[in-house]
Amino acid sequence: MAVIETSKLTKRFGKIHAVDNLSLKIEEGEVFGLLGPNGAGKTTTIKMLSTLLQPSSGRATVNGFDITKSPSKVRESIGIVFQEPSSDELLSGYENLKLHSMIYGLQGGQVEKRIDDALALVELSDRRNDLVKTYSGGMRRRLEIARGLLHEPKVLFLDEPTLGLDPRGRETMWGYVKRLVTELNMTILLTTHYMEEADELADRICIIDHGKAVDVDSPDALKARVGGDLVTITSSPLPDAKLLRKLKFVKGVEKKDGKLLITVDDAAANLQELLAKIGKVGCVEVRSPTLNDVFIKFTGRELEQAEGGWFDKIVQQSVNKQ
Amino acid sequence: MTDDMRMAHPSALKGAYAVWWRETIVFFREPPRIISAIVSPIIWLVIFGAGLGGSVSIGNESYQQFIFGGVLVQTFLFSSLFYGAYLVWDRKIDVLKAVLVSPLSRSSIFLGKVLGGVTIALIESIIVLAVGHLIGMQYPPEALLTVIGLVALASAGLTALGLIVGSYMESPEGFQLLGSLVLFPMFFLSGALFPISNLTGPLGIIASINPVTYIVDLLRGALGGPYYLDPALDVAAFIGFIIVANIAGVLAFERMKS
Repeated sequence: MAVIETSKLTKRFGKIHAVDNLSLKIEEGEVFGLLGPNGAGKTTTIKMLSTLLQPSSGRATVNGFDITKSPSKVRESIGIVFQEPSSDELLSGYENLKLHSMIYGLQGGQVEKRIDDALALVELSDRRNDLVKTYSGGMRRRLEIARGLLHEPKVLFLDEPTLGLDPRGRETMWGYVKRLVTELNMTILLTTHYMEEADELADRICIIDHGKAVDVDSPDALKARVGGDLVTITSSPLPDAKLLRKLKFVKGVEKKDGKLLITVDDAAANLQELLAKIGKVGCVEVRSPTLNDVFIKFTGRELEQAEGGWFDKIVQQSVNKQ
Repeated sequence: MTDDMRMAHPSALKGAYAVWWRETIVFFREPPRIISAIVSPIIWLVIFGAGLGGSVSIGNESYQQFIFGGVLVQTFLFSSLFYGAYLVWDRKIDVLKAVLVSPLSRSSIFLGKVLGGVTIALIESIIVLAVGHLIGMQYPPEALLTVIGLVALASAGLTALGLIVGSYMESPEGFQLLGSLVLFPMFFLSGALFPISNLTGPLGIIASINPVTYIVDLLRGALGGPYYLDPALDVAAFIGFIIVANIAGVLAFERMKS
């Protein structure tokens, strides 16, 4: 059963199509990632699905309820972790969850236990009575997760859950999200512009750009679209591209920034032969395709152009090591 | 979901209670809010009332006694309106979004907010009444219940008005304007500091359509002072204002964007 289904969902702000004819089907128990650069329409999509924003056209259902016809049924079915933390700084972690349980009409003797469990899940039990303003950014995000799942929603929306967290905080957060999936079997819609995050967490990914779905598939299937492993050669002069294209395992050759980018079928098996053909090289880099390569293939642009700094590289490296 | 725990569509009252609960806790954790709300009326009463009162008396009352009712209104007028408009701050720090995305109805969020504003107004007003007593203001003890009831009702109307303003405000930068363009005129042209019979022409007209005028007159009367207007008119305007402000407030909340 599809828990979330959108059909030509569209949101226009003036002339800009923030979300453009988006049609998705998200199955129960799935972690579905919306991956795209800033401004691609991810948050707008979440806002429409959580009934905070009216679509301009198209339709969508969440847990079987139409987002425009039964918004309050939709709101009961979802939990949401916003991009900007929305917990109350002047309340303690416990009080924030208590407030949430009252707002969602949770009743009965299990409420306190549920709050304890949620705090334990995100490892905030020892800080439960401290005001949220004393929490670090990562702790606030974790509290938001605890709050989002307190009423056991059918679907949890995570909007850029690790934005602004340091690499360690990010990895901890991923751990919690994975636990939600394995322990609570939640359906999760995750938006991110970090490819490694989508890769790590999502069962299926929709690559989104300028409000349009570029492609939807599992991370591995998407990466397979690149057509092979990537070998980057630095040497002077650069080897002859034509000669290399004749090799049957070479899928593509491209010059970029004074380097030669070669797409190769099964680099592990064929690297020796490739290098023999090239002869003397300055430097060789071999790597598997990333979702960024997929994004470049479809859009001609880098996914994380704005943030390709040292910070993201460190995160990327630490993830790739695992 | 376990058997003894269920998620019901929260009733309007329980939802309102949850919102009120949050507002009250947050209020007590921001001491500057209480202090700023009660310091300025007390300064008016002590300095202005005593200073100007040396050379002025109105009717049979000392000037200080005359403005006591007005200063009490000032306490919850500023507190309730600013509290309501504070909604824009909730929006800025995204606390509001978490409530708007919940199954709570807009009217129950509104009710909770109004009850929060009333609670805060009552706490502050009781402090001002006590301080007034200490510095020699006279009021019949048996009038206290009526006074407190009037404060609660009046602050419900004024909080609703503030919430309407807050629901339309885009950013907290308009706060200063709210004070100088709305609140001070409402306060000065209400008979709080001098009888509105002193006002003629356009200012008199403004005073007569200003809901605070009737709140001041009713409260001054309830505190044992003379009525400067027809009490029946006061009551009608008072009740009318509270009803209109709250209906308009619910409507403003229903249409409010997240």
